[in-house]
Amino acid sequence: MKSHTIMLDINGDSRIVTVRSADTLLNALRGKLGLTGAKPGCLNGDCGACTVNVDGWPMKSCLMLVVEAVGKKITSIEGLKQAPIQQAFIENFAFQCGYCTPGFIMNCHSLIEQYPDADDTTIKEWLESNICRCTSYIEIEKAVKSVLKRN
Amino acid sequence: MLPFNFDYYTPKTMKEAVDLYQDLDQQGKQPMFFSGGTELITLGRINLAYTEAVIDIKDIAECKVMQVSGDHLFLGSSLSLTRIEEANLFPLLTKTVSEVADHTARVKITLGGNICAQIFYREAVLPFLLADSQVLIIGPDGEKIIPINEIFQEQLRLKKGEFLVQVATETQFIGAPYFSVKRRQQWETGYPLITMAALKIDREIRVAISGLCPFPFRSKEVEASLNNRGQSVEARIDRALAVMPTPILEDVEGSAKYRLFVLKNLLLDVMAALDGVRVR
Repeated sequence: MKSHTIMLDINGDSRIVTVRSADTLLNALRGKLGLTGAKPGCLNGDCGACTVNVDGWPMKSCLMLVVEAVGKKITSIEGLKQAPIQQAFIENFAFQCGYCTPGFIMNCHSLIEQYPDADDTTIKEWLESNICRCTSYIEIEKAVKSVLKRN
Repeated sequence: MLPFNFDYYTPKTMKEAVDLYQDLDQQGKQPMFFSGGTELITLGRINLAYTEAVIDIKDIAECKVMQVSGDHLFLGSSLSLTRIEEANLFPLLTKTVSEVADHTARVKITLGGNICAQIFYREAVLPFLLADSQVLIIGPDGEKIIPINEIFQEQLRLKKGEFLVQVATETQFIGAPYFSVKRRQQWETGYPLITMAALKIDREIRVAISGLCPFPFRSKEVEASLNNRGQSVEARIDRALAVMPTPILEDVEGSAKYRLFVLKNLLLDVMAALDGVRVR
């Protein structure tokens, strides 16, 4: 069983894919499913560029085997359709190069879904999971807070 | 992506998992129990971990338990650190694990995975050492319930084919006054310089430490020194420092001398927080 044909629930679609047991979710999303929004960064669970949403929680897709994702609802950045946090990133110019942006948006989106009234401590705790080399942290904070405020 | 292939199994019962391990071991597959799996994925990627058969224990009901029953709290080994934080059934544990890695990573890292990790910090074990918890282990010889302070000697001393199922903690320890702090070289993210957890029970202070030595520990000698109320706080802490286990880590996070300096100040903080004694 070194390779498996599995069905994944991604962005509301059922997708059948043949993968190695050793493939990470990130590998499968990008290499097998053509979903290149989750970005490979450190591949070590440190940078958060590959963050997606699994069953409502943020997940670093480089830290999950794709075979572990069977039966779970996966949402990647491609699955967000004009979510409020996406618009807020634009309005607050919460990026520069944009490489970390999908990961940040997916983490922020999960935070807003789980904690619509998140306080500063919770925001900081969650967003420490992602790194922005362009240091857009202030703008990202403003973007998240603008959505939370609307809630 | 891992540079080697392995078979992936999801047993539904403890017996199935144990039997699988034995079969796969006999086939020379170097089987590995897997829960959050972050260590296999990250170390495997750089060829520091290897297996030909992964046995994922997340589907086993006993490994997912999280409940207070009678006068014990039972926590399954495959609970993620985030789930433990969200439930907050053991505040000292919540505080201690909330400093492990980062929030998103803790959605994946599990209690058992952290306690049994190769990485030497293994901070999730500290509260259980302080609370004299007991561990449920299963293996080829069946189920065993063992005091954690007996089986955790620098690391959880599992025999081949055994895995951690649950940790049971008496509720009297859960409500006890506690102190937990993680000091890093700088800022608020990154590996710890020293993590310390402390608990006060029966007027005695207990401390468990990670990041000082290449293993987490709780030391009776250290606690005896700290609780020697016939002496000044400074003398008690000096004595505690003199009986710390060795070796003291000397690495990129900090020199041994600096670690002991930080530790001394942390012990002063513990004494202030739990004993109300301050040094001017």
